[in-house]
Amino acid sequence: MTTSGPARPASAAASPTFRVRPYTLTGGRTRTEVELGLETQIRTTEQGMRRAGMLALELRDIVEICRQPLSVAEVSAHLHVPLQVAKVLVGDLITSGDVASQAVVETQQSGRPDIQLLERVLEGLQSL
Amino acid sequence: MSTPIPVKIVVAGGFAVGKTTFVTSISDIEPLTTEAAMTKVSEEVDHLGDATSKKGTTVAMDFGRVALSPELVLYVFGTPGQDRFHFMWDELVRGAIGAVVLVDTNRLDDCFPAVDYMEHTNVPFIVAINAFDGILRHHPDDVREALDVPHHVPIVVTDARNRAAVRDSMVSLVRHAMTVAATAAVG
Repeated sequence: MTTSGPARPASAAASPTFRVRPYTLTGGRTRTEVELGLETQIRTTEQGMRRAGMLALELRDIVEICRQPLSVAEVSAHLHVPLQVAKVLVGDLITSGDVASQAVVETQQSGRPDIQLLERVLEGLQSL
Repeated sequence: MSTPIPVKIVVAGGFAVGKTTFVTSISDIEPLTTEAAMTKVSEEVDHLGDATSKKGTTVAMDFGRVALSPELVLYVFGTPGQDRFHFMWDELVRGAIGAVVLVDTNRLDDCFPAVDYMEHTNVPFIVAINAFDGILRHHPDDVREALDVPHHVPIVVTDARNRAAVRDSMVSLVRHAMTVAATAAVG
């Protein structure tokens, strides 16, 4: 076990904000221009930390929990919103510069991790 | 601290074969659940007379995370069990290292859809026989024949409740993915 995971923000989990229909949060949008995988890492930028208090509640929750990098899937799970909603909200925050994303860039043509990255994964697994 | 590079492994297989147990055994955190709304097309297929439901169908996916190093984080996603949720699989396997298809030899045909899917979409995969209580009821060669998987696809024995066994099956998958990658680079 490691302690690298973020503390679950009670405010986000219990927030009554999300009792509204999920897509209300996105203005009915179900897609984002930003390409985001389930595993893409999201991390709050310095600008995001400064502006957190000015953001809409659901965006503020994302900026708070992503002070330590989290995947899009984790954002969806922690905020109890569907994946598509999480993607739209995160996409908005990327566009506004309040969070930054990190996906795999070391890929083969197939889009899968390349051999060098696979070797690092292998080493990591074997050291568990 | 820099942002780690994320990698992903998918655990597929039939309903109740032990996918969530598999994820739980290896994950650093309590497995989380994310929900996705069904696409319109699949929703229509799924709509068997339940006209009163305006909510739309959602599909839940369990996943865990494993810190492999400070710079590398592995996510392990379980596929939704039922066939009608295959629409989610494209997103699950996109960019993934590959898939572990978990098999219960008492219900071998439950994993056919997963094997078919991985073969047709060229996702590197291995077959992992979940030997409950450590008892292997069928020889891996018999399983290979029954599933009709090519000889280059590894078949391993695992125990979804055992962290070391789960790790070993993922090691097999990563080695296989490296072989596939090396072959692709040459050919």
